[in-house]
Amino acid sequence: MDAIKAPSYRRIYVWELPVRAFHWINGICILLLGVTGYLIGRPFAVISEQEASFQYWFGTVRFLHFAAGYLFLINMLARIYWGFVGNRYANWKQFIPTRRKWFTEVADVLRVDVLQTRVQGKIHIGHNRLAGFIYFLSFWVYGFQALTGFALYAAMSPSWIGRAAAAVIPGTWNDMGVRQWHHAGLWFFVLFTIIHVYLVFYHDYVEGRGTTSSMVGGWKFEREDYFKS
Amino acid sequence: MAEPRSTIWETMQERGHSRRDFLQFCAYAATLAGIAPAAHGKVAEAFEKKARPPVIWLHFQECTCCSESFIRAEHPVVADVLMDAISLDYTETLQAASGHAAEKCKADTMKAYAGKYILLVEGSVPTEADGVYCCIGGRTALDILKEAAAGAAAVIAWGNCASYGCVQNAKPNPTGATPISKLIGKPVINVPGCPPIADVMVGVVTHILVFGRPPELDAQGRPKEFYGRRVHDTCYRRPTYDAGMFVETWDDDAARKGYCLYHMGCRGPVTYNACAVTKWNERTSYPIQSGHGCIGCSENQFWDNGPFYQHLPSFPGFGIESTADKIGLAAGAAAAVGVAAHAISTNIRKRGLIHEHVAESVTENKSE
Repeated sequence: MDAIKAPSYRRIYVWELPVRAFHWINGICILLLGVTGYLIGRPFAVISEQEASFQYWFGTVRFLHFAAGYLFLINMLARIYWGFVGNRYANWKQFIPTRRKWFTEVADVLRVDVLQTRVQGKIHIGHNRLAGFIYFLSFWVYGFQALTGFALYAAMSPSWIGRAAAAVIPGTWNDMGVRQWHHAGLWFFVLFTIIHVYLVFYHDYVEGRGTTSSMVGGWKFEREDYFKS
Repeated sequence: MAEPRSTIWETMQERGHSRRDFLQFCAYAATLAGIAPAAHGKVAEAFEKKARPPVIWLHFQECTCCSESFIRAEHPVVADVLMDAISLDYTETLQAASGHAAEKCKADTMKAYAGKYILLVEGSVPTEADGVYCCIGGRTALDILKEAAAGAAAVIAWGNCASYGCVQNAKPNPTGATPISKLIGKPVINVPGCPPIADVMVGVVTHILVFGRPPELDAQGRPKEFYGRRVHDTCYRRPTYDAGMFVETWDDDAARKGYCLYHMGCRGPVTYNACAVTKWNERTSYPIQSGHGCIGCSENQFWDNGPFYQHLPSFPGFGIESTADKIGLAAGAAAAVGVAAHAISTNIRKRGLIHEHVAESVTENKSE
């Protein structure tokens, strides 16, 4: 009588602990860096009768930004390392569409997301191919932000990371320009966060594979028939 | 051949200066060039024995503010002596000779002291329309510069014009104003600023006089001793920056109390110069001390990084008032609206799919 047969699902361990840890540390760092970075760009004045020697709020904001910057960089490098030793879903090759059918999936995901049609083919269990590619591009932005950030940091710190970053930046770029682009980079993260969080909810809603909770427990769910064809 | 040139000590004696004056000058010059007191004897020795180097000072697209600054070097002995010490053989604005006599004077110096003279350049060089926008004595600036640079022992670019192009080089740069370091195939000592600080200019020349070679330079060709630190790092208002005490309008209480001008567009945090250390006009003051933010006049492209009273510049391609924040906020709002619209449309378009999911669960429950 029932036309729809209840499908059985298989549980797959997709996100290993280092991947999940990277995700959440990265998220916290970006939140902290975004808020403190915005304040550094546009601080509000403290109204106080006290002398400057007794206050350090702006210094504290900058300290948090620099400390979070270090954590962000190290976390990013750790993730890149894991891209070589982690499981197949964490591998660096997942992020660069090379094969023809990957592009088909990118087009399919775009149709599903933008035109809201039904899924035609298979959506990859790990990152869908479009998401993977967007994360690949994001990593370039991460690298750009780390590079410009540490290059600006070089003027106020003897740290070798700062000096190394400043040495990579072309000598004819002045701090004003580097700062401008570093600041503009903040808005990439704002846009990314809005769209990323929404799409996670959206895909979880329409696919029902446990996308949202997968970044907590590491498990995703896939219909049995996915593995047959 | 030209006659042997006198030393600085000989010149000073000719002008009636005492040995004490001479040693004072040596000590002052040595201090400016950052030489330790123990080595001051060497400086005196150099000035006693070394012949004064001939100097050619060229003026191209400029306003002469660099020259004006230079003749206001702090110490009267320095101001007096250095102009003689460096033996200025040619400079359009200060020399007595004019016309063909002046041009001959320069030609003679370049010939007799080929490979030995110091070339100082003030102003940028136009390159559009074969350089017709700046001609002196019937020749283009580019032509004159290339000829003079060929035989120079050292080339110093005075000011933002010669170092980076300054206002002539600002968009859209109609004359094709070009910094001299891009025109000659030699290392150039850039001494940016609009104008550069007099004592910095004197310090650079002194360094060359004493050591016979240029000072240590950074990636942009600036002497590290004067351009190694940001104005911000040596600013006396720095503690108020760290404390977050900012001036927010020009007439507020914070402005009266002399708090940090970061909010008012001060370029101190992105400007490398010695203003807060050497100060200006015989150590009277410098812009921030006078209550106005730094405009970053010693930085590349500072005219295009406006407005001066906004510390994040307007964003290229989006008009004068649009900062990265305004554009970003608009994009963020658009994304949020898009997401909300998408969520609504999802619940309409995907109704069938959602029903299927629910139906699956229902059959699952029934089969139990």
